[in-house]
Amino acid sequence: MKKMTSAAIGAALMTSVSVPTMAMAEDLTLCWAAWDPANALVELSKEFEEQSGHTMNFEFIPWPNFADRMLNELNSGGKLCDLLIGDSQWIGGGAENGHYVKLNDFFDAEGISMDDFAPATVYAYSTWPKGTPNYYALPAMGDANGWFYRKDWFADADIQAAYKEATGEDLREPQSQREMLQIAQFFQGREIDGKTVYGASIFTERGSEGITMGVTSALYPWGFKYENTPGSYDMEGAVNSPEAVEALEFYKEFYETATPPGYTNSYMGESLDAFKSGQVAMAMNWFAFFPGLYADPATGGDKIDFFVNPPQNQAGSTLGGQGISVVAYSDKQDAALEYIKWFADPEVQAKWWELGGYSAHNAVLNDPGFKDSAPFAGDFLEAMNDVQDFWQEPAYAELLLAMQKRIHDYVVADQGTAQEALDKLIEDWTETFEDEGKL
Amino acid sequence: MTDTIANRAAKATPPRVARKIKGLSDRAIAWIFVAPTIFLLLAINIFPLIWTIQLSFTNYRANRLNREPEFIGLRNYERILTDSDIWLNMQATAHFLFWTIALQTLIGFTLAWLINKKFKGNDLWTTIIVLPMMLSPAVVGNFWKFLYQPQIGLFNYIVAFFTGKDPSSFEMLGSVQLAPWSIVIVDTWMWTPFVMLICLAGLRSIPDYIYEAAEVDRASKIRQFFTITIPMVLPFLMLAVLFRGIENFKMFDLVVQLTGGGPGSTTELTSINLKREAFEKWRTGYASAYAIILFVTVFGLASIYVKALNKVKER
Repeated sequence: MKKMTSAAIGAALMTSVSVPTMAMAEDLTLCWAAWDPANALVELSKEFEEQSGHTMNFEFIPWPNFADRMLNELNSGGKLCDLLIGDSQWIGGGAENGHYVKLNDFFDAEGISMDDFAPATVYAYSTWPKGTPNYYALPAMGDANGWFYRKDWFADADIQAAYKEATGEDLREPQSQREMLQIAQFFQGREIDGKTVYGASIFTERGSEGITMGVTSALYPWGFKYENTPGSYDMEGAVNSPEAVEALEFYKEFYETATPPGYTNSYMGESLDAFKSGQVAMAMNWFAFFPGLYADPATGGDKIDFFVNPPQNQAGSTLGGQGISVVAYSDKQDAALEYIKWFADPEVQAKWWELGGYSAHNAVLNDPGFKDSAPFAGDFLEAMNDVQDFWQEPAYAELLLAMQKRIHDYVVADQGTAQEALDKLIEDWTETFEDEGKL
Repeated sequence: MTDTIANRAAKATPPRVARKIKGLSDRAIAWIFVAPTIFLLLAINIFPLIWTIQLSFTNYRANRLNREPEFIGLRNYERILTDSDIWLNMQATAHFLFWTIALQTLIGFTLAWLINKKFKGNDLWTTIIVLPMMLSPAVVGNFWKFLYQPQIGLFNYIVAFFTGKDPSSFEMLGSVQLAPWSIVIVDTWMWTPFVMLICLAGLRSIPDYIYEAAEVDRASKIRQFFTITIPMVLPFLMLAVLFRGIENFKMFDLVVQLTGGGPGSTTELTSINLKREAFEKWRTGYASAYAIILFVTVFGLASIYVKALNKVKER
């Protein structure tokens, strides 16, 4: 009897993981950040509600509190979320701490292949340990840090002439980080339409992840690496390489000479505000915001254009984006898996892109018409080819906060040198990896 | 026999109540009433404190429930006390504490002294002055963030008006030199009314006949101020300083809204740093040791201060 009971429980558990059923209509809650793509997902999910009979509820948290709120929820074994579109860096903790359901069996049973998704997104959003075929999420929202600029200003004959006179070069979309700085410095403090404007808005936020996401957009094109050998945690000479030092000095120079006054703690919202209020010629932000920016009646349309993070020594963009996971503490895992199955469908993915979400599905990305489907689509594809992400270790929050502190201390608070900041960062990270038993 | 709470409660219990409950002494009944409170105190104050002390000797992380915590002795304490960054946080906290208390005491007492004078509209002015402390710190933080904005902020324009400087030439929240002062200004704006109210209570408690006697003795106004007003208001003032000191030692919300601890770590007060260690980095053992160090510091300083306060009261 005991054997039979064990077998029955085992079978039930297997079934619950591998074969989603449609027996009961459930109230599912999907948790994500509160931003433009989340609204698109609400619209998209109506189709799922019609098809499945399940009801979708959404819990969207503003970005500055998203990590805090959601990681607390996961760490306390909370049942608020059945599905979570969690940041890429959480995948290590989500997998190792048992917060996310491992999806391999489910993918096999449902014929969902990770080969159907862009390799960079599968690597970044789904796998743990990195690059191994152990999947804890389905790539949901591809994203990278990119740039947008005032196309109307760049096309203005007087401004072009002034730029040519000042630099001896033509004003165009920047082809390198240095050229971007030169353009930003040209616009800094310039009078346009009777108003003083500034070069560019960049990420300098201290509290969560802002300045790290911003500075890595300079570090990666200079060739920054986290380790000399992947997986070895040997950071000396990689994190503080001469290229990394140069890139960090560059970012500080950018902040000091080409950004609006008062932008000492700015992230996504501030970047959008600076651009939409006509204060800056260029701004960095995540591709996720680009559909909304393009649609903006004041500064969108023919006044805006987009470009991928410019290369320097090499091409490189900071990865954003997220995968969708089933929360291990949910009582409605069957219905949640059903949602994932539906979401992985190429037709749904195509609609996701149409509504303003960034699909990572090859059927969408490789479509011949994709590049022309939006003014930023080609840049998005280009960016996703060269993305790099921050540490995705279970201790990522500790690693991130250390970098936030060291970089902000140097760039914004003007304390110490770039070399010292990166040396101290290695000390902090070494301590964390020692605590983790990885060094 | 010492007069304990239980004994006092037993004495206060009417005899017929005790007689109704057979087999229980008055003392036992008293304990039955007191026990829930004592249990609650133990559960929500003493037990967490003991548990925190215990955790402070481990490498426990509350987000790694599947990892057994290890006993690491005094390592957390050693790390904290030898960490130069934490000493910088302590310095930032000390700067904030010292200047907010000094300014609030000075301005609060001056306002109370002025308000205490009988004049028309006295009540209206009192209401207007106490308004800031009725606002939520989150609202105040956001509100002042706009006031400090270099391009559109009213504060910068007022400073520019008096100094002739360009308003966008200085950043209150973004400058390493000015940011510590910007949080002092906001806290002083918000909490000076509190000090004022306590001082006002002290001033109004001084009987008029003492001043009348001083007048008879031909004591000058200045003499009356230093020999009557100040000594008699001092216990109230010291109490206000104690409250503000304890409050500002754990200051978090206002500063997070204003600067987020930046630029760099310039305004990262110990409470902000502690929150990051405990609930963002999830170094629970380390954060416990940090909390114990802060607790001992506040408790020690507060004990010394309360003794001094009692001495002043006894005079």
